[in-house]
Amino acid sequence: MNRQISFTQSILLGFLGLACFLGFWQGMSMSGLVSEIFLPSPVEVYERFMTLLDRRFAGATLPGHLAASFQRFAYGFLLAAAIGIPLGLLMGWYQLLDEIVSPLFDALRFVAPIAWVPFAALWFGTGIGGPIMIIFAGAFPPCVINAYRGAKFVDPRLIEAANMLGTPSRRVIMEVLLPSSVPSIISGLRVSAGLGWQSLVGAELIVASAGVGYMMVQGQANIQTHTVMAGMVAIGLVGLALDSALRGLERYIQKRRGLDH
Amino acid sequence: MGVIQFKNVGKTFGPRDSGFVALKDIDLEIRDKEFVAIVGPSGCGKTTCLRMVAGFENATDGVVSVDGTPIKRPGPDRAVVFQQFALFPWKTVYDNIDLGLRNLNVSGSERSSRIEAILNLMNLTQYAKHFPHQLSGGMQQRVAIARAYVLDPDVLLMDEPFGALDAQTRVVMQEELVRLARKNPRTVLFITHAVEEAVYLADRVAIMTRAPGRIKEVLDVASIRNAEDWDSHEKIEDVMDLESFVHLRTHIWRSLREEKAAQHA
Repeated sequence: MNRQISFTQSILLGFLGLACFLGFWQGMSMSGLVSEIFLPSPVEVYERFMTLLDRRFAGATLPGHLAASFQRFAYGFLLAAAIGIPLGLLMGWYQLLDEIVSPLFDALRFVAPIAWVPFAALWFGTGIGGPIMIIFAGAFPPCVINAYRGAKFVDPRLIEAANMLGTPSRRVIMEVLLPSSVPSIISGLRVSAGLGWQSLVGAELIVASAGVGYMMVQGQANIQTHTVMAGMVAIGLVGLALDSALRGLERYIQKRRGLDH
Repeated sequence: MGVIQFKNVGKTFGPRDSGFVALKDIDLEIRDKEFVAIVGPSGCGKTTCLRMVAGFENATDGVVSVDGTPIKRPGPDRAVVFQQFALFPWKTVYDNIDLGLRNLNVSGSERSSRIEAILNLMNLTQYAKHFPHQLSGGMQQRVAIARAYVLDPDVLLMDEPFGALDAQTRVVMQEELVRLARKNPRTVLFITHAVEEAVYLADRVAIMTRAPGRIKEVLDVASIRNAEDWDSHEKIEDVMDLESFVHLRTHIWRSLREEKAAQHA
């Protein structure tokens, strides 16, 4: 049995889940079973969140930290896309490159981005370079993999058509592989943005100036657990916004291409 | 020029001694500007013949050549019209037709005049800015034919080009192709399993048999067409009514059926 659930119902059910979760959490805090430091209540986190919106903590307000974080994220993410998408397409077209790069890539992508922290700091410093490298390490693999899959699964008849028209490789990649891979690349970018944003806190453990991760580390050092949680909420909200923005882009492109029927 | 030659051509898929023998001892010469159709049951290897001329497959025995040069790879001197059109969905009609000309480094002004001419010839002018998915199957195949013809290829390869179209559209396209082929003759290799289509369109019809694929018989249709003046009839159904047409068609049917009976025996 799979009854159709309407849009309103789905929203209401989502809120129900959230309300239960917050209610349980608030109940736990108010019961006195756990200390405030151990588990700050949702109300407390909310108040802290609102306070941080315009009061400085660890050198900046929450929006200030978010802006610093987002800038790093944007650099790392764009770098990952700028290198990963062409690499994936080339690997999908040139068998030789695929054979050379794939084993190395497949091994490296299982190394968690956070594991790169010591080397990121060592090689690129704790300023802007180190954190970008960690975000890059998180965001890079999905860019490569999805561009590669997109290029590999192009309709072989279109490749034949391009070949019989005498299309040179460079043009096949730009005008056949790339446009045909757009849906796959966009979903890769969505995964990539998610992983990059997730790697952010790890990246900012080594940053000494600003950023949500930095703010949380400072909160931890000052035993301000509600500040840490406010940071978690901010990361979650921005991640959600990022994902819906990319989802919107995905739908827009599908629609423009007229291929969504 | 555009002379296609199959010399003792064989094709085996898989290992040489134990693989599947798709084609054996194919000998066929298609003269310059001649329209040859290959008919045969599915799986007889007729499409493989075309794909070898296109350069998509290599012969495992013998040589396939155009104007004496053995074929190594695909190229715009041998334009292909596919059964499933194979238009680029993200390119407009105009850009689909333009790609081959750009690859040949034709100058901008010459490209646009050649594209306009072919759009006009194929009644596509008003659809230049449309995307393939906005067009019917018949219109899409017109675009694919235009994309091939605009290159002015020596050889035109058509792989069951009307196989995916409904019967009415098919007839219109067949008439158009005849119009186009008479006006601007090319060497054409046309693959089909529709006997009437082959007789209506081709100068010669090669009948293929299955397992292994061989050419059983080559019929000269052009001499009968000219003797009986088929081209004086504008409509395909009028040609199909002619005694000479019916006679040829029946002959081919019988030839294909004998083949089937022989296999079942």
